[in-house]
Amino acid sequence: MQQLLDILSGLHPEVDFETTEDLIDDGILDSLDIVSIVSSVYSEFDVTIPPEEIIPENFNSAVALMELITRLDEE
Amino acid sequence: MQKNILEYLERTAARLPDKMAFSGGKESMTFGEVLSQARSIGTALAERGIYREPVVIFMDKHPKTVTAFWGVIYSGSFYVCLDEKMPRARIDAILQNLSPRAVISDKKNFETAKSFGLEHTMLYDDVAETETESALLDEIRGKQCDTDAIYVVFTSGSTGVPKGVIACHRSVIDYTESLCDALEFSEDTVFANQTPLYFDAPLKELMPTLKLGATTYFVPKMLFSFPVRLIEFLDNYKINTICWVVSALVQVSALGALASHTPKYLTTVAFGSEVFPKKQYDLWREALPDARFFNLYGPTEATGMSCYWRAEREIAEDEPIPIGRPFDNTEILLLTDENKRAEYGESGEICIRGTCVTMGYYNNPEKTDAAFTVNPLNKAYREIIYRTGDIGRINEYGELVFVCRKDNQIKHMGHRIELGEIESNAAKCDGVARACCVYNDDKKEIVLFFAGEADEKSVASFMATVVPRYMLPARIERLAALPQTDNGKINRMALKDRAKNS
Repeated sequence: MQQLLDILSGLHPEVDFETTEDLIDDGILDSLDIVSIVSSVYSEFDVTIPPEEIIPENFNSAVALMELITRLDEE
Repeated sequence: MQKNILEYLERTAARLPDKMAFSGGKESMTFGEVLSQARSIGTALAERGIYREPVVIFMDKHPKTVTAFWGVIYSGSFYVCLDEKMPRARIDAILQNLSPRAVISDKKNFETAKSFGLEHTMLYDDVAETETESALLDEIRGKQCDTDAIYVVFTSGSTGVPKGVIACHRSVIDYTESLCDALEFSEDTVFANQTPLYFDAPLKELMPTLKLGATTYFVPKMLFSFPVRLIEFLDNYKINTICWVVSALVQVSALGALASHTPKYLTTVAFGSEVFPKKQYDLWREALPDARFFNLYGPTEATGMSCYWRAEREIAEDEPIPIGRPFDNTEILLLTDENKRAEYGESGEICIRGTCVTMGYYNNPEKTDAAFTVNPLNKAYREIIYRTGDIGRINEYGELVFVCRKDNQIKHMGHRIELGEIESNAAKCDGVARACCVYNDDKKEIVLFFAGEADEKSVASFMATVVPRYMLPARIERLAALPQTDNGKINRMALKDRAKNS
């Protein structure tokens, strides 16, 4: 989880990713951030996020994103 | 003879009053509603004595926002669209350049609009209900010429001070007519707009919609982060035409969405403003083999787009996608450093001649005179051309090709190098999605930035196989994503700063 929080904080140091749950709905993450995250998840977790999983629900919070990574990693 | 762009709206609203003109998905407006509210807004402004001056529109993207544009034109004034996402310093610089007296805003942005401290801060929903004074609007129309201003669009000046390009009816009518002909838009065209309303880019959708009675959907910005959802939006509203910046298309293809989801109704894909990486272009072409693809090119200073190329032949691996030929009633001059016409195949600065050339930069005679110059090939009378600062050449097919920005051409170790050439080669490397090359003037070194899965070492060894030694980047840096400007283009200035400071 810390590894993921580091990735996210690198994009937006001003946001507390441990508590924020509306990253997409509040417009904190934009399309460029999504590309960055997909790319960083690939390089640091060796997990490819398929396009079907690139949906707001999976990116609205660090917890949701971590669940996605864990699920994809197990598959 | 048509003199005013509102004639498009009036003819279409008379013919198709109940057809949907603009929609945000949830909320829509018909041509009849657009016409009636625009006339109300025009009346409201005229009654306040606002005439032949800038009126700021400060609203979220919505059918009402574009209706406010036409309302401002009814009053004989010209609109300037600003956005809450713009940094306040930029808004202030723009307001300082314009000294406007009036702003129209929606409920959500009203408090911010009030903070501008203008004489009139008007709420859209109030002014759109004003009782229309036809006599007043007719009187204004009777005095108008097709050389009257319609809008001011601010481009990011490289010095940090925004420059406001001011365009008139005649240029926009000229653009609308040639664009609709060349891209074969019709009443059945359903657009999905991507570009922000504060640029001239959305004219591609807005003007054909008014002229032909087509329909434009505004795509919620958030969807561009989620390619599959974006494609669902296109399918849901039976979108058949998109005119998007390259970055928006790459976002969809690079995240792998086209492999499993193909937009069902899409028949026309126009792209522009940037170089389309060949690999990503191919993914789109393979996904939509029957669609028509157009590359568009043009500066804001020459009203929307100036050139187009329709993809009707294959592009070689090492060949840039051409920008083709100018729209009707526009000529491109390629001028050398000596201000002579470039020889066939020789590179020259792309200069534009025709009705599309705008009236210059608002309140900025110095910058206007520098870019809008007398045609050096015409010694006999004062003919104004716009110098784009882009370098182009004619290829073996007789098509115009964009080579690079004039200021993107560097002299390095005695060689004249086009950074764009290094970029297009880097983009061919496996695992490189986007590439951008800058020159660090202090250290005299070429720095290549890229986004993608490849590692820096493999890109370096690839580069050694595709460009001559003197063009090899001194440093290659992988970024999670390349920074973008407000317009969605790669932010070269930011990368140049990064190269300097690292």
